[in-house]
Amino acid sequence: MTKGWTLYDSRLAWTLVAPVLLLLVFFLVLPIAVMAVYTFFTFVTAGVEATTLTLANWQEFFTDSYYHGFLFKTLRVGAVTALICGVLGYFPAYFIWATTFKHKWLLLLLLIVPFWISFTIRTFSWIHILGEQGIINVTLLKLGLIHEPLQMLYTEGAVIMGLLHFLLPYMILNVYVSLESIDRTLIAAARSMGCTSAQAFREVTLPLSLPGLGAGLLLCFVLAAGSYVTPQLLGSGRDALFGNLIYDTIMGQLNWPMGATLSIVLFVVLGCFAAVYTRYMGMSQIVKGLSG
Amino acid sequence: MKMSNTRRLERLHERYVNGDLSRRTFLTLTAAAATSAGLSMPWMGRALAAAKEIRFDGWGGTVQEAIDKYAFKPYTAKTGVGVVQGTFGDENEIITKIKTSKPGDFQVVHSSGVNYYIKYVNAGMVSEINEANIPNMANVLQPMIEPFRKLTPKLSAVPYDYGTTGIAYNTTVISPEEAKEKGAGLLADKKYAGKIGGYADMTTRVWYAALDTKQDPNNIKDMDAIWAKVRETRDLAKKFWSSGAELMDLLSKGEIVVTDAWSGRVAALQQQNHPIGYLDPAGSYAWMEDMLILKGSPMAECEELVNFMLDPATAIAVAEGQSYPPSLDPTKVKLTDKIAALPAFDPTGSMKSLTFADPVYWANNEDAWTKQWDRISKGA
Repeated sequence: MTKGWTLYDSRLAWTLVAPVLLLLVFFLVLPIAVMAVYTFFTFVTAGVEATTLTLANWQEFFTDSYYHGFLFKTLRVGAVTALICGVLGYFPAYFIWATTFKHKWLLLLLLIVPFWISFTIRTFSWIHILGEQGIINVTLLKLGLIHEPLQMLYTEGAVIMGLLHFLLPYMILNVYVSLESIDRTLIAAARSMGCTSAQAFREVTLPLSLPGLGAGLLLCFVLAAGSYVTPQLLGSGRDALFGNLIYDTIMGQLNWPMGATLSIVLFVVLGCFAAVYTRYMGMSQIVKGLSG
Repeated sequence: MKMSNTRRLERLHERYVNGDLSRRTFLTLTAAAATSAGLSMPWMGRALAAAKEIRFDGWGGTVQEAIDKYAFKPYTAKTGVGVVQGTFGDENEIITKIKTSKPGDFQVVHSSGVNYYIKYVNAGMVSEINEANIPNMANVLQPMIEPFRKLTPKLSAVPYDYGTTGIAYNTTVISPEEAKEKGAGLLADKKYAGKIGGYADMTTRVWYAALDTKQDPNNIKDMDAIWAKVRETRDLAKKFWSSGAELMDLLSKGEIVVTDAWSGRVAALQQQNHPIGYLDPAGSYAWMEDMLILKGSPMAECEELVNFMLDPATAIAVAEGQSYPPSLDPTKVKLTDKIAALPAFDPTGSMKSLTFADPVYWANNEDAWTKQWDRISKGA
């Protein structure tokens, strides 16, 4: 043992945690606090605000149904995306976990390969797939199955497709980690007691993998609801999400106080959702899913 | 000639040692210099130091390629001062970045004329140009300089080029006769529903809605009619583009067959033999661009760069490359046939054939209209 330190010395623990805590305080808590203060500033004109304190921005948010509509739409798109991710992501994760393939690492590597390419480029690639001159329309037209190109790009469907493309690996990894933590002898025990494969899956594997699925759903929901680039590139103006509203208010209208208000709203709503979700799912289960 | 503080103090000391200054005067001047250095802002040192690099931000694409090739590279070869470049798709984006940075981080912006100039002025981001350091300003069109001078008698920007946002159309689908007959109405023509585009910008949308509802864009009387027309175009449009590159992509790939479009970008497409026609309907939206020098910039170097860019040989080469007419007065500088053939070119130099936005009128309505446009663009 090092002189002066014990294995679970609280001073050692704080010293080790301090750099991360400082980073969190300076680069997360403080900026959010500054933004919260900005919500009470007065917008003068584009790019100019006064430090005169006002509740006008909050009043505008609470009384204007335009913002409420986009908030509900954002939550809906986030929920739909997360659910589809859950359904589509579970099976690949199960396959990777269950396979007896010698080079399983290769399958996991394939999962993270998309992360090597810029997110924006990956999103742009959908334009060449879904566009009027995209591969789907061109193929269908050449096969004579359609006479007019289908409108797929710049729709909510295209936005959800882009979000799925971006979020599916996160879901698969979460579920896979959860599956990996299952003691396989439990499944063998279930089988030895007369369960069929399907029953063993339903009674043992699925319930034990739920924490990973739950964590994946939360992660996908929060990331989808907070996304900005995908709706911007693949959606029309009508398919904008709350993040796009924030961007336009800050970057287009140069109205920082209102932009800060909308940012805090999204932060609080998603934070509350995560808190309620973890309360009913059980925080320990989420952590288990994330940590394996 | 620029002199560093160190050199200034060395000279002072030399004069004192040589007996040119009394001890009292020497100490007073030294104390004043120390106080001045102590009170100066952190960015002042950077601004006063001889710059090795100038930061430039522009619109990217073919426009910036031409500026880089015909202005920046020769300037660097001549002076040894490099030009570090950034791009933006929407000028509000660069204003936000400037607002969140230190003075001097951003230095020269290829800005969109007086409408945006007001925003920089209001936000206290502008510098004061010493026009004596830019002798080539003598060749710049006075009608282009005057609107800037009305806003700030001491200029921070020098007009550099101009153009129009007219109607671009695919000639394999729309004939020039049809385009001429329908003019601004093409942007709300149900016949082309789903194949219409437009610039995702409040000014352009309101301007063309004004033309289509037979109103003066610089004195709109019926805003309800304007927003109704904007909604009509939105519902018929396939996509509102947000950068020159996106405009060229949508037009060249046939995703849209008619849109309002920047004259220079259309000229670039025509030079690439795409079947794209261009029409400036009566009252077409004319705009100018300027080289804006921001507060905290190394003024001597920036002024030298702008002067170099306004040199007739440079400005003509850039204009031909970016397909926008230069701000040079054609009655003072002989311009080329290629420039004379560019869309929006005014051979008289009076600019009376072009309709520019009244900066004060538009500035007064900018905040409310931008907010309303943002909502309409999202389906409201």
